[in-house]
Amino acid sequence: MPVINVDELTDKDKAVMELNQRKLEVKLERWLTSKCCEEMKDYIQERVEEDTLVKGISEEKNPFKEKGGCIIC
Amino acid sequence: MGEMEQLRKEAESLKDQITAARKAVQDTTLQEAAAGITVVGRVQLKTRKTLRGHLAKIYAMHWAVDANLCVSASQDGKLIVWDTITTNKVNAIPLKSSWVMTCAYAPSGNLVACGGLDNMCSIYNLKGKDGNVKVMRELAAHTGYLSCCRFLSDSEIITSSGDCTCVLWDIETGTQKTVFAGHQGDCMSLAVSPDFKFFISGACDFTAKLWDIREGVCRQTFGGHESDINAIGFFPNGNAVITGSDDATCKLYDLRADQELITYQDSSIMCGVTSLAPSLSGRLILAGYDDFNVNIWDSLKSERVGVLAGHDNRVSCIGVSADGMACCTGSWDSFLKIWN
Repeated sequence: MPVINVDELTDKDKAVMELNQRKLEVKLERWLTSKCCEEMKDYIQERVEEDTLVKGISEEKNPFKEKGGCIIC
Repeated sequence: MGEMEQLRKEAESLKDQITAARKAVQDTTLQEAAAGITVVGRVQLKTRKTLRGHLAKIYAMHWAVDANLCVSASQDGKLIVWDTITTNKVNAIPLKSSWVMTCAYAPSGNLVACGGLDNMCSIYNLKGKDGNVKVMRELAAHTGYLSCCRFLSDSEIITSSGDCTCVLWDIETGTQKTVFAGHQGDCMSLAVSPDFKFFISGACDFTAKLWDIREGVCRQTFGGHESDINAIGFFPNGNAVITGSDDATCKLYDLRADQELITYQDSSIMCGVTSLAPSLSGRLILAGYDDFNVNIWDSLKSERVGVLAGHDNRVSCIGVSADGMACCTGSWDSFLKIWN
């Protein structure tokens, strides 16, 4: 892969690069946003029950629980 | 018409075509699609641990993939590897240059990296034979500061720089494999896709770019922000990108629709976003701001559902652990906090 030296690019080089980039991007096949939103919602719903930051965690199961005092039995 | 004028005119015309193509597939907004979903209940996380030890502003932190270790970088000139459960310092690595801006933990857990105003990315081997942590490689070629770095493996790392480029390095030989050029402003942040095939970069040209690592090309460019993008991350399934900007908003862009799906903003928030991380399922987006707080957003409803207030200065970095059990914040107040 050729290594470009960005410092050596002229304004014209940069303009050509940007134009070529847009030529690539205009050809993209785009999904309907409805399909993307559905997938995103499904992904989240499938995993949210296991998401500690959303659901919380009980003291006993929390590996980060603050160390309590000693209990003398 | 001059050559430059001609080029610009052509580029503008294509830009309009892209805008039209994006609009053509916009048959719904995320707000509409999520209308039937209830907002997540108030999220109230507590500080479970405070990691004390740095003597100056913390600029970056990164969780290890395995175990509850993380690495942090401070302008006190140290990289510290922490056991977040015990709060013990596993390693305290003195740096040659204290002007560090980023750090990263390799997926293997064997290496960490950092860099900053020295324009270099230094790789450290945590598992050296004699137990001492030493510099393994210094990756030098960027002509601007190192803003971010992320390992692909023990042999490859990607860096982003104030010189407007990102680079894929061969750690073994210390050489550049690929230069990703195209941004027209300092690259501030990068994130690697879950399948390691792509990475995204956020820059001071207000855009985010998706790069194909092996082909070495930019596949997509996302605009819309009105100021520098400081933070970037992948949505957990790798199909969307989240950005955080000096324009006080975060945005979610879907890669397949090639456009923004939603903006996370509130008229009461007027300061820049410094850092962000999604929760395990992607339902929450935790974002650090210049006003010392972290706001927690419901990603589907674009509503603020929580705040982490606990730092006495800017929150510069945030990360959610690999198993989603906890979030870590790092601040200019020199402390890291673990929350859940």
